[in-house]
Amino acid sequence: MHIAEGFLPPLHAVAWGAASAPFVVHGVRALTREVKANPESTLLLGASGAFTFVLSALKIPSVTGSCSHPTGTGLGAILFRPPIMAVLGTITLLFQALLLAHGGLTTLGANVFSMAIAGPWAGYGVYLLLKRFDVPLMVTVFFGAFFADLVTYCVTSVQLALAFPDPGTGFAGALVKFGGIFAVTQIPLAVSEGLLTVLVMRLLMQSSRSDLVRLGVAKLTGRSGQEAAL
Amino acid sequence: MSMSRNTKINGLLLLLVAALAVLPIALGMGEGKEEPFAGADAQAETAITELKPDYEPWFSPLYEPPSGEVESALFALQAALGAGVLAYYFGVRKGRRQGAAAAEAAQAAAAADTAAAES
Repeated sequence: MHIAEGFLPPLHAVAWGAASAPFVVHGVRALTREVKANPESTLLLGASGAFTFVLSALKIPSVTGSCSHPTGTGLGAILFRPPIMAVLGTITLLFQALLLAHGGLTTLGANVFSMAIAGPWAGYGVYLLLKRFDVPLMVTVFFGAFFADLVTYCVTSVQLALAFPDPGTGFAGALVKFGGIFAVTQIPLAVSEGLLTVLVMRLLMQSSRSDLVRLGVAKLTGRSGQEAAL
Repeated sequence: MSMSRNTKINGLLLLLVAALAVLPIALGMGEGKEEPFAGADAQAETAITELKPDYEPWFSPLYEPPSGEVESALFALQAALGAGVLAYYFGVRKGRRQGAAAAEAAQAAAAADTAAAES
């Protein structure tokens, strides 16, 4: 989903930057507020950012015969809400743009919008919706992470189709082309990301249930209530 | 008992992820491609030049890894940094839980001692 440096026309680059900026600024505020109110969150915030770091570095083969990478943004969006991920995702994308020549500064706004804003919000929305219907926690986590991952790549396809419509078939034709490259490749990877996010959430349930209860992800129940008190 | 069931499920999750990554290669799904298992990002760049042959990227990266080796090293560094922080997090949490359990056990032992001395 990394649109390469210089590969969006200036007008598009500026527009996506303008669209992303308020989310990132709001996210920085939300992050400072969270750290001030709950200093013990810092460690888990670091772990959420670290998850995105690991997953977005892993390029994994897919059924389309090409490689792509997960995003790792669903976990943090579910734990800390999407505004925080706007910041953590931007940090990851900056690291890759500056050190790896992966993505870019002129395309940072567009890449932040897909990976750090649209993906996390979509995943969080799915998570909340399923939660409302009393779906088991790990199922909500799986689909939250799955959609955070997949929607990121769908948004990238839309961004590129808007910038480079097909001469004959226009926006729709280009969307099919970019969607074939990104979205289809991403489906098995989104499944992998869902499974890995469930794994980390299971480990968090064992090790940090009190944090999950405070963040409203897990409920305080019976035996685990004692753990939560620790 | 419940612990080992937990471990089994966690292992199964990892196994599934590994299978999803290996199967496309094992089933030869990259065969017949000009460049099997190329990055989707690079394919998108090719698609852009197909859709708009006269498009020239108007900005180039400030720094570019000088070779594929250096690039993969930096990607490995990124993954290692993330994995390190995650491992640190779970290590700290485990240490805290063990410390709390040890303190609780010591307290219970001390209370039992006092009770024994009083009787």
